[in-house]
Amino acid sequence: MYNETVMEHFTNPRNVGEIEDADGVGEVGSPQCGDIMKIFLKVEDNIIKDIKFKTFGCASAIASSSIMTEMVKGRTIEEALALTNKDVVDALGGLPPAKVHCSVLAEQAIRAAIEDYRAKRGK
Amino acid sequence: MEKRRIYVDNSATTPIHPQVLEEMMPYLTESYGNPSSIHFFGREARKAMDKARERVALGLGAKTEEIYFTGSGTEADNWAVKGVAFANKKKGNHIITTKIEHHAILHTCEYLEKQGFDVTYLDVDEYGLVNPDDVENAINDRTILISVMFANNEIGTIQPIEEIGKIAKKRAVYFHTDAVQAMGNVDINVDKLGVDLLSISGHKIMGPKGIGALYVRKGTRIDNLIHGGAQERKRRSGTENVAAVVGMGKAVQLAVENLDQHVRKMTSLRDALIDGIKERIPHVRLNGHPSQRLANNVNFSFEFVEGEALLLSLDMEGIAASSGSACTSGSLDPSHVLLAIGLSHETAHGSLRMSLGEINTREDIDYILDKLPAIVEKLRALSPLFKQCEGGKVSV
Repeated sequence: MYNETVMEHFTNPRNVGEIEDADGVGEVGSPQCGDIMKIFLKVEDNIIKDIKFKTFGCASAIASSSIMTEMVKGRTIEEALALTNKDVVDALGGLPPAKVHCSVLAEQAIRAAIEDYRAKRGK
Repeated sequence: MEKRRIYVDNSATTPIHPQVLEEMMPYLTESYGNPSSIHFFGREARKAMDKARERVALGLGAKTEEIYFTGSGTEADNWAVKGVAFANKKKGNHIITTKIEHHAILHTCEYLEKQGFDVTYLDVDEYGLVNPDDVENAINDRTILISVMFANNEIGTIQPIEEIGKIAKKRAVYFHTDAVQAMGNVDINVDKLGVDLLSISGHKIMGPKGIGALYVRKGTRIDNLIHGGAQERKRRSGTENVAAVVGMGKAVQLAVENLDQHVRKMTSLRDALIDGIKERIPHVRLNGHPSQRLANNVNFSFEFVEGEALLLSLDMEGIAASSGSACTSGSLDPSHVLLAIGLSHETAHGSLRMSLGEINTREDIDYILDKLPAIVEKLRALSPLFKQCEGGKVSV
């Protein structure tokens, strides 16, 4: 059902946890659909210095969160915003069709966290 | 403990019993005749089918001429509901069923709604029990069929079939029960239950796949579902799957003979698993009725975690189970049964069903109880819904 990359990220997810004094926090998804993704960002000089996630969801939701955090860590805010769900699917080496929405959630989650960071910064 | 292969998905399917396979083998090899043929090859096959029908009839307390073999439990359910609906549509167009039926009933009823039938889907209580008073109150002068499952495939709740049977008889409405999960786990006698139609399946009781049976009380008005060469006494056409029929006959015989012993063994394993999970893992909910449940059914919701992630983690430890999570079904909604008993979406998504069988041992239970707590803990550590506070208190 899942390829080795997905299973590897599900079994050993990277960047799990929370950041106490996060510069930006994004939460997307709903209990209805069975997936909730929460992202915590630490930003310095427009660069994502640290990122953590917590996800309630299936293996592909967890793997999508995990690989997304790896892909944006150390990148600029603009680079992170350019990340699409297709990038996430490609990095995972593919997801079953019914699970592609998990990668969409990962894209939405990083965007929500960046929006929160920008809103806080704008204050 | 070393890695094992543990199968606790016996409500999905069961392995074939060695004695069942042994009785089937001749009909997969040298005795290949068509039971409709008059030559000795055909007569051999016919004789084997008669014997199987007798065994199934005996197992249900029915007459042999009231047993019809089908291609599956699903077909038996389809036939019962559509067959009675179409044969009695001049009398009425109202069907009563429940919200927790198997999809073989629910989707058939939804199809019939499109054909102009009215269907009442009864609610169940928090344990998944149907209230017989609700059944009686739902009956009107157009009601032609009541279909209530004997035991639920997900949460194992056993319904008061005998009580509903009395109501159906009093109000002269045909009564069907899907006994696919109950067979082999509950004593079944069609007269005692007061049912007019009853579905069973072979592969749930250590018989082969691709075979089911429908009990139809003599005199019941029912249309055919499958038309053709007049097999099954002109009621269900198609050349008979003789080996599977033979296997089903043997499986029913064994299930009935071993019922008491099986129920004792399953109850003991089930309760050890239920108690062990409650002792070892906080924030769990046993789904289904505490006592009115199948001897082999364990269904828990683990708060803050999702069922598919749970299943895959168990799979990696060599434990095969199932879940009512949406992510395991390809739809976005979790199990209709878990929603019907009042679970929130997130709690329904975190459900795990372990259904036991003759192949399971106490060592299997101990192995599951050894592995499961750490898996749940790991997934909870990932979950934004779960926050472990100081002193072990939990806030959501």
